[in-house]
Amino acid sequence: MTTFLLRRIALIVPTLFFVSLLIFGLQQLLPGDPATALAGEDRDPAVIAFIRQKYHLDEPLPVRYALWVKGVAQGDLGESIRIKRPVLDLIAEKLPVTGELALIAVLISLSIGIPAGIIAAVKNGTATDYGTTMAALWGLSIPNFWLGILLILLFSVELELLPASGFVSPGESLRQNLLTLIMPAFVLGNFFAAGMMRHTRSAMLQVLGMDYVRTARAKGLPEIRVILRHAFRNALIPVVTLAALDFGALLSGAVLTEQVFTIPGFGKLIVDAVFNRDYAVVQGVVLFTAFAYIMLNLFADLAYVVLNPRLRT
Amino acid sequence: MLIRKCLLAGFGLALSAFLAGASAQTSLRIGLAEDPDLLDPTLARTYVGRIVFASLCDKLVDISPELDVVPQLATEWQWTDANKGLVMKIRQGVKFHDGEPLDAAAVKFSLERHLNLPGSTRKAEISAVTGIDIIDDHTVKLVLSAPFAPLLAQLSDRAGMIVSPKAAQAAGEFSSHPVCAGPYKFTERVAQDRIVLDRFPDYWNKSAIHFDRIVFLPIVDSTVRLANLQSGGLDLIERVAATDVDAVKKDGRLKLAEITGLGYTGITTNLDNGPRAKNPLGQDPDVRQALELSIDRAALNQVVFNGLFQPGNQWVPPSNPYYVKSLPIPERDVAKAKQLLAAANMPHPSVTMTVPTTPELLQAAQVIQSMAAESGFDIKIQATEFASSLDLAVKGDYEAYLIGWSGRTDPDGNIYNFVACKAPPALNTGHYCNPDLDRELDSARQTADPAERMPHYAKVAERVLADRPLIYLWHNRYLYGMSAKLGGFTPYPDGLIRPQGIKLQ
Amino acid sequence: MTAQTLDRVPTEEALGEPPWQRALRRLVKRRAAMIGLAVVLFFILLAAAAPLISPYDPLATSWSAVRKPPSAAHLFGTDDIGRDVLARIVWGGRASLLAGLVSVMLALAVGVPIGLVSGYAGGAVDATVMRLIDAMLAIPFLILAIALAAFLGPSLTNAMIAIGITQMPIFARMTRAQVLSVKHEDYIEAARAVGNPQIRIVLRHILPNIVPPLLVQATLATATAIIAEASLSFLGLGQQPPNPSWGSMLNTARNFMTQAPWMSIWPGLAIFSLVLSLNLFGDGLRDALDPRRD
Repeated sequence: MTTFLLRRIALIVPTLFFVSLLIFGLQQLLPGDPATALAGEDRDPAVIAFIRQKYHLDEPLPVRYALWVKGVAQGDLGESIRIKRPVLDLIAEKLPVTGELALIAVLISLSIGIPAGIIAAVKNGTATDYGTTMAALWGLSIPNFWLGILLILLFSVELELLPASGFVSPGESLRQNLLTLIMPAFVLGNFFAAGMMRHTRSAMLQVLGMDYVRTARAKGLPEIRVILRHAFRNALIPVVTLAALDFGALLSGAVLTEQVFTIPGFGKLIVDAVFNRDYAVVQGVVLFTAFAYIMLNLFADLAYVVLNPRLRT
Repeated sequence: MLIRKCLLAGFGLALSAFLAGASAQTSLRIGLAEDPDLLDPTLARTYVGRIVFASLCDKLVDISPELDVVPQLATEWQWTDANKGLVMKIRQGVKFHDGEPLDAAAVKFSLERHLNLPGSTRKAEISAVTGIDIIDDHTVKLVLSAPFAPLLAQLSDRAGMIVSPKAAQAAGEFSSHPVCAGPYKFTERVAQDRIVLDRFPDYWNKSAIHFDRIVFLPIVDSTVRLANLQSGGLDLIERVAATDVDAVKKDGRLKLAEITGLGYTGITTNLDNGPRAKNPLGQDPDVRQALELSIDRAALNQVVFNGLFQPGNQWVPPSNPYYVKSLPIPERDVAKAKQLLAAANMPHPSVTMTVPTTPELLQAAQVIQSMAAESGFDIKIQATEFASSLDLAVKGDYEAYLIGWSGRTDPDGNIYNFVACKAPPALNTGHYCNPDLDRELDSARQTADPAERMPHYAKVAERVLADRPLIYLWHNRYLYGMSAKLGGFTPYPDGLIRPQGIKLQ
Repeated sequence: MTAQTLDRVPTEEALGEPPWQRALRRLVKRRAAMIGLAVVLFFILLAAAAPLISPYDPLATSWSAVRKPPSAAHLFGTDDIGRDVLARIVWGGRASLLAGLVSVMLALAVGVPIGLVSGYAGGAVDATVMRLIDAMLAIPFLILAIALAAFLGPSLTNAMIAIGITQMPIFARMTRAQVLSVKHEDYIEAARAVGNPQIRIVLRHILPNIVPPLLVQATLATATAIIAEASLSFLGLGQQPPNPSWGSMLNTARNFMTQAPWMSIWPGLAIFSLVLSLNLFGDGLRDALDPRRD
């Protein structure tokens, strides 16, 4: 167990190394000179030269990479050229926002996906199965930016029930905070719910065929109890661990959702930074999210091993 | 007796507290089309940032809606020394947001900061200024290396913004805690979310300010920005999409304000910047004329902007005093275009047009492509991300480039850097060069008198419109949507939102 | 100790009927999957027959017919510069389908060999390749696609390459897992002992086993790819004007949601129905190929 843990932790380093190479390469090799892009409309040669010199843009790539890694090791992820703020500060500012959005989205997706998955598994092969499957899949099949705009037009413009965009922190007003997050979390949650439904259905189908379920039924227990107490509890393990792996997909979905609803989170930060050639922001945020994803994976694998008695050797 | 006094005092305090609490803080929420960059006038680089500055930082002079220079922090000024000196009298009794007085020393400090801070984006704007002399406590003299008429126009923008020397010299980035002398002071900023400014009680013109707080909210998607306005989440938005104007007009909750801007959009041709200059458009001015004759500017405006923008053929709009009236917008003439192409032995020229991936530009490019096809042009649209397209243009890796310029108050700012031989290559990307033209442009800079400058610009227009290094197509109109309850809003040609006068009706 | 793998199909001898026949039989029984398949085939036919059935040239502009609502002349209405929406849906289907299919094929073509080599070779090669794959999976998919598309330049081809590259790691991982699970089976050892060249072992014994799960994943990946193309177009990085694709049509329609809703409804519905059908079919395929249930 401990060797397994240590080995997994040791693997984080090379993975992160490759992540850093990958994202550094992609950013630095983007066409378009960041200095020209960020020098402002007048493109004063003096300003361009200043930016190039300050951010070491004339140094060869390996040198720039080394400088960046050295900074990261010291806790300095660089700064946004555009607004001159440390990337770490921006991450600290945006993390709670995307975090809250993701959390609410996951809650929504669990409340849609898990029941749908259970019903679909229990009624496997029938019209109910198809119906619930489709209901959960539609979130995956609709472009989330289009759905977002439709929702804004309906709930904000027509019905004037919800704010069209923007974000209010829970510290300022919990009520406003939740109102601003309902639509984006719904859009994101629908997207995620499909995955939840699939995992639940798949795991339930597997478990429902097990001997102990047949035993429970033979004992005369009510069906609901069989499904929930015996089948579902065991199906939960793979569902949770697989859900952790889908976290990356959640962040992908958040990118466009945050754009449409103007939620100042990670997704919006990265997209804007890519187009503005604010490379330090992209590198820093991607490195951070990759690290979080890897840790989440580790935790999920651990949980799977710990929770699944059959795998403990 | 004492008890009565205490009770009275207590009652008075309670009453005033009650009254103060009863008058709720009034807030003006403005929707911006982008997130501003640095809130430091010396280092700022974006147009939207200027909108925030209009509430945060006052400048030496301002412009009127008719583009006249009017006093703001400076009350009067005088050109001296054969136009190589500018004496300005500073307004009395002005304070910075941190309470420090605004005097000649502060003005000198700020202007020197604009000139000397490493990375300053203002330096090129006022590079003609070699020094600032303090005449007395409230008078400064700017010393120039050569006469430079556009100087006053520059001082009506960020280059004229005066910052508190105490705050600028304090530790940390000035942009995270800007201290100026405008009607509102900086309260907080959450990147990509909002900028909050609160009323500065000691503002010299406080009677014109009616809101306690201004909140700027950047919302990039114009549909969502409008949705916020319609649902009451915002009070005022800038850059309403031309295609949304009907919706705003029909909505009883909203009203519209509009004004023609200072900028232009056009097709820049690569004339002499690297090997790709050897393209049909770059080699032959007749081909360029044929392209211009193929385009119906009015129809283009109608299709892409619902007829709302201003078609144009010069670097200033037809309403501008420096527009050369003897050179009006040409009509479409496909027959003549075909004739010119035939005479040039190029009946079907093939041109690649670089277009930034902005929706309006892409739409316009497709319309141009379709119109020019009727004359025989085969235009290929190369959609390129904005930052890349800029880079390609500077390097000369383009043939034709559909791009705009946001525009400057002084006409010099719209033409000099784009056609002059000694213009920075990053702006004159086509490398157009005509020494006679340069002489006219330089002469136009020598005097501030419009009557004297006009003949020079007329000659420039004749030359530029004949050579067509740029084919000017349209001038944008700034379209503002606002709550019907908002009054006192005056649109300015520079597009900025000035808080003075805006109030709830 | 063995974790049950979902992916191994039992051999012929154990069941008495060829596995593919069994899978087919079960697939046909699932009506949702069949409907999905029918819709997908319909769209493929539509795209293939585009030149024949499109009522207008999708690039033909008309200044007088700008943003006209659906009518007899233009069944789906016209767009912002007067082009027929139906024609652009039909031709745009080509671009969107191509985006889905080509990117997945690219992902397979690169991912499967990598997985095979990595799994079979083992040792340092395997470890290094897997770290690289893990690194690619650690970066959120759309962000990697955006960075790649921005890097390559905005065009449909580059979007396909970007999406294909971002989907490659999943196929590599699946293939490798499959290889690892059969690498030490007796029949593989026997084949090696007899002197079969590595290539033959891989192709004859390992590859057939991984086809079913790959097929399922490929179907689902195509659905994801079509949505990804729409997302990239939304950001201006996909198909460029004047050529149509459903995603770029949605992007243009964004500014006209209230004035010309037909510009966004049709491409939105098209994407929705195709992607939903692909998902349904893929799920049905997975159920049909699952060796454990019957």
